[in-house]
Amino acid sequence: MRKKELKLVVTFHTTTDAMAMEKGCKKQGTPGRLIPVPREISAGCGLAWCAGLDDRELIRKVMDDIGVQEQDMHEVMI
Amino acid sequence: MIYMDNAATTMRKPKQVVQAVGEAMESMGNAGRGAHGASLSASRTIYNTRELVCNLFGGTNPRQVVFTSNSTESLNIAIKGLLEPGAHVITTMMEHNSVLRPLYEMCEKGIELSIVKCDKKGVFRISDMEELIEPQTKAIICTGGSNLTGNCVDLEKIGQIAREHGLLFIVDASQTAGVFPIDVQKMHIDVLCFTGHKSLLGPQGTGGMYVREGLSVRPLKSGGSGVQTYSRSHPKEMPTALEAGTLNGHGIAGLHAALEYLNEEGIDWIRKREQELMRRFYKGVKEIPGVKIYGDFSAMERCPIVALNIRDYDSSEVSDALLLDYEISTRPGAHCAPLMHEALGTVEQGAVRFSFSHYNTEEEIDTAICAVKELAKEE
Repeated sequence: MRKKELKLVVTFHTTTDAMAMEKGCKKQGTPGRLIPVPREISAGCGLAWCAGLDDRELIRKVMDDIGVQEQDMHEVMI
Repeated sequence: MIYMDNAATTMRKPKQVVQAVGEAMESMGNAGRGAHGASLSASRTIYNTRELVCNLFGGTNPRQVVFTSNSTESLNIAIKGLLEPGAHVITTMMEHNSVLRPLYEMCEKGIELSIVKCDKKGVFRISDMEELIEPQTKAIICTGGSNLTGNCVDLEKIGQIAREHGLLFIVDASQTAGVFPIDVQKMHIDVLCFTGHKSLLGPQGTGGMYVREGLSVRPLKSGGSGVQTYSRSHPKEMPTALEAGTLNGHGIAGLHAALEYLNEEGIDWIRKREQELMRRFYKGVKEIPGVKIYGDFSAMERCPIVALNIRDYDSSEVSDALLLDYEISTRPGAHCAPLMHEALGTVEQGAVRFSFSHYNTEEEIDTAICAVKELAKEE
């Protein structure tokens, strides 16, 4: 389809965690957005947080601050 | 029409609630079922509502807020999902059928039930409740306030007892959520069940429960969750574990607006206003010859409810006359509270329940007082 680049993709156990993540990132000005979980990671449906590879530490900080635990964290061509 | 059946449902809602439901129906997708704007809009609204509910009830984590369609569903989930055969459970005569019937159903599956007795004013002694505790007692389940008499219960004291004895404490907050302060941590409440359409001022079909962190509740339902599609079992993580199927996003958008309204107005102000109106009505009718009022009015704070009868008249007949001659809407009969009527001695007659909202006015209260006076004069 389109030109892809390597991105950081965080998956969650629940939609609620994904929404908490979006809100937390927005509050702290951490870049990224919610995307459908790519098939390389899971064949199921669901939301994932997609950000640049350089933002890994910022993202980890947000997750620690809001108490969200990821299901997984991947580097994926998107 | 003068609406005085707010304990059944608050008919008048803040205009923001109506507007929010309308807007949601024109813009919301299915929460957690996609990453497009419409779905995310639903997911965001639902998540924000979880936060508001969590804050209102002093919870520790918005993920522990589960949305259901009403208190009845929440109570069924809590009662059937936490109790095992052989467990002993304590409840009270104040309870609504939404507590009693799931418990009776569980009795057929082997739980043992003790019911704390109420006096003729509809009040029970907490010491009587404590005396019922046995080694196999697992839980105390009780209401925050009677839907018939308006009598409130000291949840903090009962929560303390439950904690001391290592019991689960499940609370039916149908009549109190949104008006009375509820703090699940301070009151040691393990599961708080609420409905959205009464004093929370949201739409019918909204409700939920706050489940203490670390407490695992066996779900009533399994099904679509938006996550882990290829797993044969429903996800175990909260709140998804207890939320199979599409949530009532449109209704929850209304509940969100209602919670914002309550935060803006302040529940203390709303409660004070409702207490004033209830006391005004009570003072106006208590001396009328032939009028009998039920409940304990010596308590400082109580739900804004006055249940009464006129002589031995059928409560349905009185309620019908109030509607036909004065356009006042009340609720006669049994109010889904069979044991409370047993305690009050009103099983045959039922009672006419006047229940108020902060939207009622002094003029409406005075009209209702006059109506009761006139009906009490009729032979």
